[in-house]
Formats: sequence, C-alpha cells, structure tokens
Amino acid sequence: MNDMLSRNFAEVHSGLTPTEAMDESNRCLFCYDAPCIKACPTGIDIPSFIRKIATGNLKGSARVIMEANPVGATCSRVCPTEQLCEGACVLNDASKPILIGMLQRYATDAAIRSGERLFAPGPGNGLKVAVIGSGPAGLSAARELARFGYAVTIYEAKEKPGGLDTYGIVSFRLPQDVSLWEADQLRTMGVEIRTGVRVGVDLPPEKLLAEHDAVVLAVGMGRVPALGIQGEQLKGVYDAIELIESTKTGIYAGDLDGARVVVIGAGNTAIDAATCAVRLGAENVKIAYRRTRSEMTAYDFEYRFAKEEGVEFRWLTAPKRIIGDESGKVTHLECVRMKLFPEAGKDGRAVPVPIEGSEFRMEVDAVIKAIGQTRLTGLIESYGLEHERGVVSIDPATYRTSHPKIYAAGDVVFGQGCGEATVVSAAQQGKLAAYAIHRELNQQSAETA
Amino acid sequence: MADLSVDFAGIRSPNPFWLASAPPTNTGYQVQRAFEAGWGGAVWKTLGNPVINTTARFAGLHLGAQRVAGFNNIELISDRPVEANLREIYETKKRFPNHALIVSLMVDPKREAWHEIVKRAEAAGADGLELNFGCPHGMAERGMGSASGQVPALVEAQTGWVKEAARTPVIVKLTPNITDITSTAVAAVQGGADAISLINTINSLMGVDLDSWNTIPHVAGKGAHGGYCGPAVKPIALNMVAECARHPEVNVPISGIGGVSTWKDAAEFMLMGAAGVQVCTAAMHHGFRIVEDMIDGLNNYLDEKRIARVSELVGRSVGKYTNWGDLDLSYRIVARIDNETCINCNKCHIACEDTSHQCIERHADEEGQPFLTVREEDCVGCNLCSIVCPVDGVISMVELPSEAESMTWNERQTALALLAKDREEPSAKEVAQP
Repeated sequence: MNDMLSRNFAEVHSGLTPTEAMDESNRCLFCYDAPCIKACPTGIDIPSFIRKIATGNLKGSARVIMEANPVGATCSRVCPTEQLCEGACVLNDASKPILIGMLQRYATDAAIRSGERLFAPGPGNGLKVAVIGSGPAGLSAARELARFGYAVTIYEAKEKPGGLDTYGIVSFRLPQDVSLWEADQLRTMGVEIRTGVRVGVDLPPEKLLAEHDAVVLAVGMGRVPALGIQGEQLKGVYDAIELIESTKTGIYAGDLDGARVVVIGAGNTAIDAATCAVRLGAENVKIAYRRTRSEMTAYDFEYRFAKEEGVEFRWLTAPKRIIGDESGKVTHLECVRMKLFPEAGKDGRAVPVPIEGSEFRMEVDAVIKAIGQTRLTGLIESYGLEHERGVVSIDPATYRTSHPKIYAAGDVVFGQGCGEATVVSAAQQGKLAAYAIHRELNQQSAETA
Repeated sequence: MADLSVDFAGIRSPNPFWLASAPPTNTGYQVQRAFEAGWGGAVWKTLGNPVINTTARFAGLHLGAQRVAGFNNIELISDRPVEANLREIYETKKRFPNHALIVSLMVDPKREAWHEIVKRAEAAGADGLELNFGCPHGMAERGMGSASGQVPALVEAQTGWVKEAARTPVIVKLTPNITDITSTAVAAVQGGADAISLINTINSLMGVDLDSWNTIPHVAGKGAHGGYCGPAVKPIALNMVAECARHPEVNVPISGIGGVSTWKDAAEFMLMGAAGVQVCTAAMHHGFRIVEDMIDGLNNYLDEKRIARVSELVGRSVGKYTNWGDLDLSYRIVARIDNETCINCNKCHIACEDTSHQCIERHADEEGQPFLTVREEDCVGCNLCSIVCPVDGVISMVELPSEAESMTWNERQTALALLAKDREEPSAKEVAQP
C-alpha cells in the first residue's frame, strides 16, 4: 500500500531545471515598485528573489521569500498564482507572465536541500508566547515572534507539525517534507514544537494562558460536517479531509480501487479528494455540486487539473440520500437537480433550490464528503472568546480576540464572507498577529519600566 | 536579387562574408565545409613556425540567459606543419576557384622570413595575404603579432618587406590594443598595404572561478591574458573601422572584423566603410550554417532599399561620423511615452529618477490605473528611458522644433573667440589713445 502511495502520489510537477530557472529568471524585468509584490498577500519582494536566482545567489533568494512568508516553500506549490503574483505581472501585457511560483519553488527547493538555517532568533526578551496550532498561520506567527526574541512554544495536536499543509493537501501537490522543513526552520531558531498535545484535552487551556504573556490561536478547522442526509453511516462514505490525511500519513486502508466515486462539494478539498480517488484506483470519479462552475470555490488551475485527471463534474446536483445494500455498503447515491435563484444569498452567491420531482439515482461504490469543515467551537469557548458560529471575532487591525491576551489567525477567523481561506493569507495573518503582540507587549514593558 | 559579390582590393568573392583567420579555418576540411555552406571567403589560420597550443583555450562571457555575449581565447597560430597547410590550401583553392582564399601569415620581424613565407603561400594558390599584426597573446611575447602591430614603424617596415615579394593583394590586420588605431593603419598604408582588416582581439581575462580562484580559462592552475571577441566587442570594432574609414590617409579598403554575428552587423560595418566583413565567434557559437541567413537577410535588405549591389552600401554612413565638436548643440529631442502600450514596469521612471534627470512622473487615473508622464522641460533627451524600456515602441524620442540656430561647439568657440577679439580691439585703441 505504501509503495502504491509513494508511486501514485509523487509530486505531479517537477521543478524547473537549472537551465529553465536561468532562462525564466532572466526574463523578469526587475520592475520598480512591481505589481506582483502588491498582489502577494505576504508582500514577497518578487523581483529581488528572482534577480538573486539569476545571479546564482540561491540562498539569498530563499531568504527573501521566507522572510516575507514563513511558509513560502508551501505557497510556491499551492498558491493561486494566476490570481495573485503572476496575474499582476506586467508581462501579461507584453508576452507571457513570469513563472513566479515555479521560480519560488526553485529557490526554496534549494534551501530545503541545503538544510541550512535561514534566520537567527532575536536576542531573548524574556517574554513567552504560546501558539496553538502549527499550520501556516501558527508557524508564521511563531517565526516572527522568535525573530523578535520571544520564547515561543507551539502546541500541535497531531503527530507532526504543519497543519493543513502537512495533512490536508494531497502529496502530489504538496509533499510532506516541504511543510515539515518549514517547521524545522522554526526549531533551528529555538521554537519548541510540542506535537501530540491537544489543548483542552491533554493540557488545560487556562494553564497555557497563565504561563504565557500571549497566546496565538491558530487551530484552523475540523473535520467535514455531516451532510445531514440518510445513509451517511454506510460503509464507503468518506470524509475528504480524513481520506487525504490517510494518504499523506500512509495509513490509507480504504477500498477505492476500481470504485465508482462521487465527491460532494466543489472546493479545493473536493478537488484534492477527487484526484486522490483517481490515484487510489477509482474507475470513475464525479464531483457533484449543487451550484455551477462559476460559484465553485476551487481555483481555476485546480479545476483544470481535475479535468485533466479525468474527473467529471455534475453541476446543479445535490445529494438527497445514500443507499446501501444489506451488508451496509454504499450502492447508490440519490440526487436531486437544482436551479439557482438569481438573487444572491448571504454570502453573495446565488441560492440553489431543488427542482421538485427531479430525483435520480447514480450507482456508486463510494461517496466522499467535501462540503467544508466544522468549527472547533469547543476550544474557542473554553477560552470564552467571542465568536460567530465558530468563527472567532477579532479586531481586524490587530487580530486580537475578545480576550486581551489571545490573538487569532488563519482559518479559525475565516468565514462569513470575509477574508481568504488560502495558505498565503493565513501566513500573512500570522505575521500581523505577531507584530500586534510585539507592539502590545513592548508597550506594556515600556510602561512598567 | 541584389548582387552580393565584392571585389576587395582586387580579391573577388561571391559575397562579403569571410571567415576570419581563427580556429574555424584551421584545416582544408573546415574551409571546404564553410565554402559549401555559402561563405564567400576564408582567411586561413595563420601560418608561421608551428607552435604548441595549450589545452583549455577558450572561455565565454554569458550574460544572464545569453550565452557567448563575449568570447576569448589563448590559442596561438596554426600548430600544424606549414607543408600540410599549404597542401590543403592548394586543394581547397582547386575545388573552390571562385571563392576568396586568403592566407594569414606571421613570422619573425625579419625581411627574409617574410619573403619566404609570402612566396610559399602564393605558390599554394592564395588569392591574397593577411599579415597578422594583431594576435595579442603568446606570439606577442615572442616579438610577433600585436608586439609588431603596436609599433607603427614595425608595421610599415614589415608591410614593405612583404610587398617586395608579394604578387597578390596584401591586407594588414591591425590590433585594437593601441590608443589610436589610425596611427598603425596609416603606417600600413605607408608600407604599401593594399588593404587593412580590423579589429583583431582585445586583451582580456574572462573571469576568475569563485571556488578554485583559478583564472578562466586556466592551464594547470595558471592563466594568461587572451584575446576578446564576439558580440560584445562590436561597438569597439565599429568605431575603429569608422575612424580608419574617415581618416584621409587611410585610403585602402577595410575588412571589418569584430562581433559580426548577423547580416545587420555586416550592413552596419559596410555602411561605416568596410568593403567586406570577417566572422569568427558567431560561427564558433552556431556553426557555418549561420551564413545562410547572413546572405538571405542582406539580400532582402538590399532589395527592400532598392540597392542593386552590396558594394553601394560601402561607406555611406562615414560622412555622418564626426568629432563631438561638430555636433549641433541646438538639436533637441525628448522622450514620449505611449501609455496605451506601456506595461507599467516603471523601469524608465526609476532609471531617470535615480540616474538621469528626474523627469518621468508616476500618476494614477480616477480608476487607479497607473500611467507615466515626461516633464519635457526637464528632459535632456538622453535616451536612457527608451534604452531600459522592455517593450519596443513604447518610448519614442521625439524631435522638438529647434529654439536656436544650429550651432556646434566648434562654431560656438570660434564665434566666442571672434567676439573676444572684437572687444579687445577697441580697448587696444583706447590704450593707444593718450
């Protein structure tokens, strides 16, 4: 099984060759006040890192990237670059945009291979910060705080650090060693990453709060919620997040070989689950989505990738119930056709409504749920933080929650139509939370001094 | 179809493209392959007392993704026996009677030595001779090559000795490693040269390896200066050709050498006075087949300009090359930016702001779209913005109506001197009056 996983889940795109990197980096115009920098949520000085590739200064290039974005190696692989940096490249108007993501990967891959520490921690300032969660937001906040001289401890529930990057994005787009290297960079700076510690289970939340000068809540989100339809407990019904995680950790024990699969949902995780199923040997994979292509949240490049992988799309199709045989195994998925109401709903998207009498059945062997993620409301409430249906309320300028010592960043503050659920925006939020903590604690120490 | 044939100092060639005396013309096999590919002529790699060449001989200058923007070598003259070369020259000439085959020569600065080598080369069938007074490395340490070519008296004397024996046209190849190339060009003419060719390679050290700290190239850990050539030297060569072409005493044909890589380069050299060109680095980079586009491109250019013969191009721009003091100080151009095609890379802005005259302003329209404007009253028309602009045609340099009469620096100084004299004369009278 592990052989199959390492073979079928090897990274799809190989990186640039040295010659390609030299050609491409020399094509960059080195714009002044470049629009690509403004289009990057973390503000990487893109012309600078590309010029350093062209001059053969790969370490300097990786430093420029990682300085602005502590998860810059991951982002080089998962960012929607067409909509961000590459979309803003001035060469869109002259020839074709620079392959910024691929160059970013080239420089960070070299840093991963060298294994060198890129940043030194600041001189210790005697203050302690706890970061809960080691996904992009948590790593990013911790890295910046370590550079300011804080003693930072990250508490991670899973066995390995990296959060979604390590467990939730398919290996053929993002191998684990990339996000693990980003976490290792923090360890070399003296950041302690305590894995396998569930705050609220293994460690009382109030203890953490009492022992630190500030806490960054960067716990992300949970599992895929229930569809709320009949048959969800049947054998052959998968949670997309769990499925992807099982392929990344090598514990996959499902039975998708030769299966007819329907994925419910059309976000990036749905695409990941669908392409994952293809690689696990599924005979046919369909994505069923209750809206249309224009409303789906998956990136264009993800959609194109899924099509290339042979995934079929069924628009305006919602699941109604999952039907199983006497052994409890999935045999059919009953769906209903939808139509869209032109008026936009609360989140700005058209509202789908079922067409009466349009029910139909598909013969399936597996159903993968990918309709979003649950909120970790329990932990949020254990700190008594204000939230709206699991989305922690923050001051948008400082990422400070209703508790003065607790800041929050990443998916835990994403939702209700505000912000972006991207790795890159989580990284930026982590940075901003760290800066706010530093401002606040600096001010406090100045006042007490 | 234009007539591309040339008569260079009496040497006839089907086109103006010759291979220069260099590694590509080392053997009969190579020169015959070149003629088959379409080259009009070739200057055989220099004959003389055979030498021993080093291994590691060449190095390239790569600029970004562009390989071989420049090239240098420490290879000496032919390291093959003179007899073998002469035999292959004979065979080649017999097979290609209508191509120009020139033999490059270099011997000790002695009359008898020159007489002997000249006779042998001509007996083998050479259409002409080229005297190598340019090779800057190795041979110069032995008193030959550029060591001779840097001393006008030696150039003149040796050219004279060659002319005593030669029956074919004698071309003197000049070294650029000299302050004023026209001094040796004039010496060659005074020695009786039928033509000159320039430039030979420029003294160079290509680089230092940052890991071993060896020179590039190195021979067993040591390096010596080489000769630099290739596209990067073209502007230097073009200037030297032009300086010779406009010198009243250099009244012999010029063979243009130095970074000629395309038909455009060739046309430029010819406009600046070269009657033909010689090529080496471009052939070493890409092979002999590049001559096909050189011929085709030059022909199409001539057809487009309705010029019947390539010889009509020769020297047409020489009159436009003058001294700085004869440039019109009243002429005015300014930069204009076409915001329709501008891609907003801001390279012109930062170049002007940091390193020129701070006259390109950044603005944004009501929708926040950026655009650039030139403050024409502060623009000095330096061209920098249009040079750094990555998109052709976005920035044009536009001529403004002149506010003053045409006036050169020399005219101005003359006028000022006259004015001063006018002022002095009355005061002299005043002094004279008691």
